[in-house]
Amino acid sequence: MSATWWAVILATLGCYAAKLGGHSVPEHFLERPIVREISDALPIALLMALVAVQTFAVGQTLVLDARAAGLAAAVVALLLRAPFLVVVIVAAATAAVFRHLGWAL
Amino acid sequence: MSSLAGDVGSDGATHWHEERRAIVVNAIGVGVAVAAYGVSFGAISVTGGLSVLQTQFLSALMFTGGSQFALVGVLIAGGGTISAVATSVMLGFRNAFYALAMAPVLQVHGLRRLAAAQLTIDESTAMAVGRSVEHDGGRASRLAFWATGLSVFVFWNIATLAGSIGANALGDPKIWGLDAAIPAGFIALVWPRLNDRRTWTIGLCAAAVALVLTPFLRPGVPVLLTAIVAVVAGVLAVRGKVEP
Repeated sequence: MSATWWAVILATLGCYAAKLGGHSVPEHFLERPIVREISDALPIALLMALVAVQTFAVGQTLVLDARAAGLAAAVVALLLRAPFLVVVIVAAATAAVFRHLGWAL
Repeated sequence: MSSLAGDVGSDGATHWHEERRAIVVNAIGVGVAVAAYGVSFGAISVTGGLSVLQTQFLSALMFTGGSQFALVGVLIAGGGTISAVATSVMLGFRNAFYALAMAPVLQVHGLRRLAAAQLTIDESTAMAVGRSVEHDGGRASRLAFWATGLSVFVFWNIATLAGSIGANALGDPKIWGLDAAIPAGFIALVWPRLNDRRTWTIGLCAAAVALVLTPFLRPGVPVLLTAIVAVVAGVLAVRGKVEP
């Protein structure tokens, strides 16, 4: 079985375990303030780290390419309260145009 | 919204009939809205190198958008199995808290609990917890949970398939800027959570930590290590509440 399949299956099991765990564990465990605070902060930290790395990294090298223009366009779209699909399309289109015009790699 | 879940008076049956309709209509609306993410997910996953089957497997069985995007994003970036799985599962950990909130309202066991767990996501929980359980014993809340969960499940999976099949026809993802679509999707997912100075600080610190570590570690590991930022933020928040 390929590494990708392993990743897909293991992550799926892990995510389902989190869902089922919440339905099954005693309340007091997850209701501890420290657990709640960390789990509120966790998605913010991970998602913003993903934004940074997926925009400015190629492997282990930091780069500034058309994706940065795409991200900037996405932020503008979000400030204008655009829905998810519009944000994604605007970002992709901006990056595509920058590349097409030779302004960025 | 809360007025909809209000008193069940003398015309309780009529009221419930109307309320039930409103809940189902809302659930379908949420499903349609979420389909947009689904199309993006299918397209990004397949252009990034996952198969249509792997992509659909995630939408049907993982069924939690942020974790699906994270898994695919880290894998596409060459992050390796362990980093991809760990990032994805940590993002999915919030569903445990949704489940905790829903368990007393749903009161399900056996197979129904297994199904309820699978449908415990951002949207179903948000639609359910907005309703008072005092007046009707949680009837409206339960319907909102199941209707929204099922609606999102159906639309999400159809949309994923449409996106992944459509993407196969696109060719090189860079020409269409699809590599820029991945970070755009992540920022759109995190945007509603960035609602004050504290959350912005957490987010920007995590972004900075990830970039600083990138040259020194395997792809995927820097993102994983930003979990430490969340732990520090959590500890500081609890301390701040104890000693104001």
